Amino acid sequence: MAFWLELVISLLIVVGGCFVIVGSVGLVKLPDLMSRLHAPTKATTLGVGGALVASMLYFWGIEGKVSIHEVLITAFLFLTAPVTAHFVAKAYLHQHPEKKPELPPTGRPYGWSTYDAPPDGAAGQAANGEEAERKD
Amino acid sequence: MADKRHKRTFWERWLPHPLMTLTLVLLWMLLLNSFTVGGLVMGLILGVVIPIITSSFWPERPPIRAYGKALSFMLLVAWDVVVANVIVARLILFHPPESLKTRWVTVPLDLKSPEAITVLAGTISMTPGTVSSDLSADGRSLLVHCLDAPDAEEAVMQMKTRYEARLKEIFP
Repeated sequence: MAFWLELVISLLIVVGGCFVIVGSVGLVKLPDLMSRLHAPTKATTLGVGGALVASMLYFWGIEGKVSIHEVLITAFLFLTAPVTAHFVAKAYLHQHPEKKPELPPTGRPYGWSTYDAPPDGAAGQAANGEEAERKD
Repeated sequence: MADKRHKRTFWERWLPHPLMTLTLVLLWMLLLNSFTVGGLVMGLILGVVIPIITSSFWPERPPIRAYGKALSFMLLVAWDVVVANVIVARLILFHPPESLKTRWVTVPLDLKSPEAITVLAGTISMTPGTVSSDLSADGRSLLVHCLDAPDAEEAVMQMKTRYEARLKEIFP
């Protein structure tokens, strides 16, 4: 049983490591910032996830302790990765105002929030009022 | 809205966010990484005090209706993240970068509540080859960058049917 467990743990670590390497290769290989952003947000989550599951299995099966820290790490990773990616993307848009014509139209009377101001007070108020009514 | 403040019941006053209390206790127990009664008491104290102190930041409760559906949505996303990793890894390794059809797409939003839009944007960032990058100024459509999307219409439809439709049931 211990051998099988060790095999599974090693496999998880190796597969996780492979995904981290692929993520890093993506950073080097892809041509511009926006496509590079895809590599670390995704390829790395599975890499770290594999290492975390391996760690849980190791402590549970070999050291005989139940370790659930790893669940927290996964949860925080899932919370922070998209937020970071969103911030990097917004910073990129801010730094490259010349990209504005390349963006697709919003399909709304207002532009993208990075370049255009939010609707004026009246419209915002109306939207809030609608929201409040719906909740009451 | 103004007279609502005077009509707060006992539970609204002292346990404004039961779900947040539960999350905080669970978080505390996970951080301790072992079960002790003392730890549970400390967790309960934190879980009761923090929501009361911060309740003026969140006057409303999150508008979640269907908790079972929320759970199955989480499992779906967890599965999609694994698939996303494999897809992106394959794109990185076996496709020359020039052949990738990177593009921006606009996802018009039917969702209204900020919580639901946040969850949708986060989900889109975690799943196959898409990163949510910006909101329209009125918060009614989402700018998404696709790593490899030969067909923009189809990519948008997939995001709307797979995630937004489910979120609409969770956050009515």
